[in-house]
Amino acid sequence: MDSMEKRELLVLKDILGNNKRIAGEIRAKLREKGILAVNLMSSPGSGKTTLLEALADRLQARFRMAVIEGDIETERDAERIRARGIPAWQITTGGACHLEAKMIGKVLAEVPADLDFLFIENVGNLVCPASYDLGESLRFVLLSSPEGDDKPKKYPEAFLSSHVLVLTKSDLIPHLPFDAARARREALEVNPRLEVFAVSALTGEGMDALEAFLVGERAKLRTPHA
Amino acid sequence: MHELSVVAGLFEILEEKAREAGAVRVTAVTVRAGRLSGVVPDLLESAFDAFKKGTIADGASLRVETPPLRVRCRSCGEESSTEEPLFACPACGAPGLEILEGMDIFLQKIEIET
Repeated sequence: MDSMEKRELLVLKDILGNNKRIAGEIRAKLREKGILAVNLMSSPGSGKTTLLEALADRLQARFRMAVIEGDIETERDAERIRARGIPAWQITTGGACHLEAKMIGKVLAEVPADLDFLFIENVGNLVCPASYDLGESLRFVLLSSPEGDDKPKKYPEAFLSSHVLVLTKSDLIPHLPFDAARARREALEVNPRLEVFAVSALTGEGMDALEAFLVGERAKLRTPHA
Repeated sequence: MHELSVVAGLFEILEEKAREAGAVRVTAVTVRAGRLSGVVPDLLESAFDAFKKGTIADGASLRVETPPLRVRCRSCGEESSTEEPLFACPACGAPGLEILEGMDIFLQKIEIET
């Protein structure tokens, strides 16, 4: 044991590099098939599943879609989506606060290859899911009016890493001290590239614009060099 | 929050590197955690201490470096470093900064005994 030698080893490796590598493979595979994959992130109760139900009702006459649901426990969200006639897979993380690319990879083997849209509903959490690329082409962050208009700067990573901000439950705004203009302004200060939509899945307000955006993004994906 | 998952990823890399180098023990580990990586250094240390038991790094100490955030203004191109979250360019005041460093978590180095 006297001959023990101590030395320092430079590693310089991204700890989430393996997740990023798997996500990159998933993204390439889905894009090649012309599937627009959307990762939805938000706090619990912001209306991710309700938004997906509303999108299912609008998109399924013309497009094929599927949903991967992430939750800590229960099959409830997948059942809600299936009740709309949409195939859904539930990932229960058993405590983990986010989905990881390898979890998506496992489920993808069962997901039909001739889809137009694949929505991935992340575990309800405005912090951890932001660090994990799932191989999506578009990342949505949802902020519901009851949560408050001050969230973008309090939870910047989710807003920084997203392409789209959906302000949900817009029908409740008249009853709340929620300043939609402030939420939008602060989110754009964090990330000026965000596309912002204000919607109510219940009344349908703003849903036409969001639907048109998704249909347009899918078409772009299918047009080479768009 | 997701520190345990980060530590699991850290150990995958650490165990591979230590094995390649023929280490009998890992005695120190240095991680560089970006300020917007969502990782809390104290929680990372707790997760590390829980995870290391029975591994080649049982007994290793963890050092977490948190470098300043490095940003570039998309309007004027100015690069800045900051210790505080920053949403507008200190040079020209434009919002919407590109993050150059601060989102990632790197395993920087390990100290091994061979």
